[in-house]
Amino acid sequence: MPGGAPLGDLGPVIEVRELSKRYGTTTAVRALSFTVRPGHVTGFLGPNGAGKTTTLRMLLGLNTPTAGTATIDGRDFGAVDRGLRHVGALLDAQDVHGGRTARAHLSAVAASNGIPRGRVRDVLDEVGLADVAGRRIGGFSLGMKQRLGIAGALLGDPPVLIFDEPLNGLDPEGVQWLRALLRRLAAEGRTVFVSSHQMSEMELCAEQLIVIGRGELIAAESLTEFAARGTRQGVRVRARAAERLARALRAEGAEVLSGEEALTVTGMDAERIGDLALLYEVALAELTPLTASLEQAFMELTADSVDYATTPRTGEETR
Amino acid sequence: MTTTLPAATARTGVVAAPARFRHLLAAEWIKFWSLRSTYWVLGVGALTVVGINANSARSNADRLSEQAAQPPDGLGPDPAFAFDAMHTAFLDPAWQILMIVACSVGAIAVFGEYTSGLVRTTFTAVPDRRGVILAKVAVVGAVTTAVGVVVAGASFGLTQAWLRDHGGVSIADSGALRAVAASALLAPLSALIGMAIGAVVRHAAGSIVGAIVTLLLLPALFQGETYRWVAEIGNAMPLSAWEALTGTHWGPGKYPVSVTEAWVVFGAWALGAALTAVEAVRRRDV
Repeated sequence: MPGGAPLGDLGPVIEVRELSKRYGTTTAVRALSFTVRPGHVTGFLGPNGAGKTTTLRMLLGLNTPTAGTATIDGRDFGAVDRGLRHVGALLDAQDVHGGRTARAHLSAVAASNGIPRGRVRDVLDEVGLADVAGRRIGGFSLGMKQRLGIAGALLGDPPVLIFDEPLNGLDPEGVQWLRALLRRLAAEGRTVFVSSHQMSEMELCAEQLIVIGRGELIAAESLTEFAARGTRQGVRVRARAAERLARALRAEGAEVLSGEEALTVTGMDAERIGDLALLYEVALAELTPLTASLEQAFMELTADSVDYATTPRTGEETR
Repeated sequence: MTTTLPAATARTGVVAAPARFRHLLAAEWIKFWSLRSTYWVLGVGALTVVGINANSARSNADRLSEQAAQPPDGLGPDPAFAFDAMHTAFLDPAWQILMIVACSVGAIAVFGEYTSGLVRTTFTAVPDRRGVILAKVAVVGAVTTAVGVVVAGASFGLTQAWLRDHGGVSIADSGALRAVAASALLAPLSALIGMAIGAVVRHAAGSIVGAIVTLLLLPALFQGETYRWVAEIGNAMPLSAWEALTGTHWGPGKYPVSVTEAWVVFGAWALGAALTAVEAVRRRDV
């Protein structure tokens, strides 16, 4: 994928500056600042209750910030007359009236922005709901509602797309479809901002990450940079003469953990280990660089900001 | 506002259109008629009201025919108990049902957005909340006005036709047109009040309870005439104004409502309700 796509500088930018939201004594979002640029998918990550949805609602003018600003393309979105041609958003797939058919729902949304009816059929086709367009939404599965919400976001063919946990409820085929769609939209030069509480969901489609916890910014960087934060990187080494090799590696400055089957070496890359093995005439059975998964990096980073962590039972229920 | 649209626009044919109020009207129109409950509530409600009034006219016509067949018993008719044919078209309970029906339709149109969460989808598509709620007011107001006209016209026409031999009046008779008009407008007035309550309460059961309290219980509570302020509050209720306009108030009392005052009450409630709905929707987080 072309990183930072050629259209990058032309597309609209999402800008959040010192954004805060308090509900009574609880602070949902605290002095949050970040920028989302066009041309790639930007993941918005954080554990449950981190303030992702609140941030997105303020961005879309649904909630008023206690302090700070959130703008899309330099404007406060709440002050825009009609939204669909500027921003397509899916906040919650359940934000529909179950009594209407998919077609009636989309027709009303399209009509409000003066978008022709034909476009409703197009987006229903695009998300694969054409066959159930005449059915009432109340009978839809969560995955179908997600598709309907995505259809609604696409109605105005907007340069900015904002999705809150869009992969929830999608089947594996749906997940693949949506990832491809997100990547395509970004490659077309649009600004694509997608929230999730699962790193693994973002791993395959996001290039940039905004990570928050307890309403505060933890990281705003590329996926590659984020991955490099993984602290448990090392190399797994198996050899018959493991002890001799371990001594040699330690002598060269590596840290070596001796396991039952293999050594875990940190502080030295696989190439250097291979060279040393040759030098010390140790035959290697395995030499595997271990990369800490993004999942681990995410868990480590947000460990301090998880609101609803499970704790081991200690006789007393924690709740 | 449309200058930042990317080249994508040409690809899908979604061309920029200026923000027009009629687009919002179209959207609210689709929303209104795409729910089955709309047809049920309006249909059953209208039939019930017309049915109650027509049935009263029929039974009165039967009774009066029997009385006329009997020889007079020597006592002259007491003018205080004289039969008022027009009254049968404007029976209090029937029109109170219409008030509740119309009020529910208005309330559902607003709280339905909040309870379902649809309101977030709506306001993301149209951040101009005032426009959305005004379009809703226009659509719900127009439909309930139409329903009010049909119900009032049918009630008046059917009852007076049935009672044509017993003093049935024509629309041209004194006060008849005013009574029909006030009854027709009672529907959109109640619907507006329902929308305001729905916008403030945002909850299904709470909105309906609020509607019944406002439209029916408050006027009943402020019926006393011991204190003038109590009577005046009662007089300022939509139901009392409607009774004054249809000439069906239980009696002139110490502090009667004039026709002009009654129309002012109608107008003030309609305006107040619309403003309340707009402000409640505009100000709060969704």
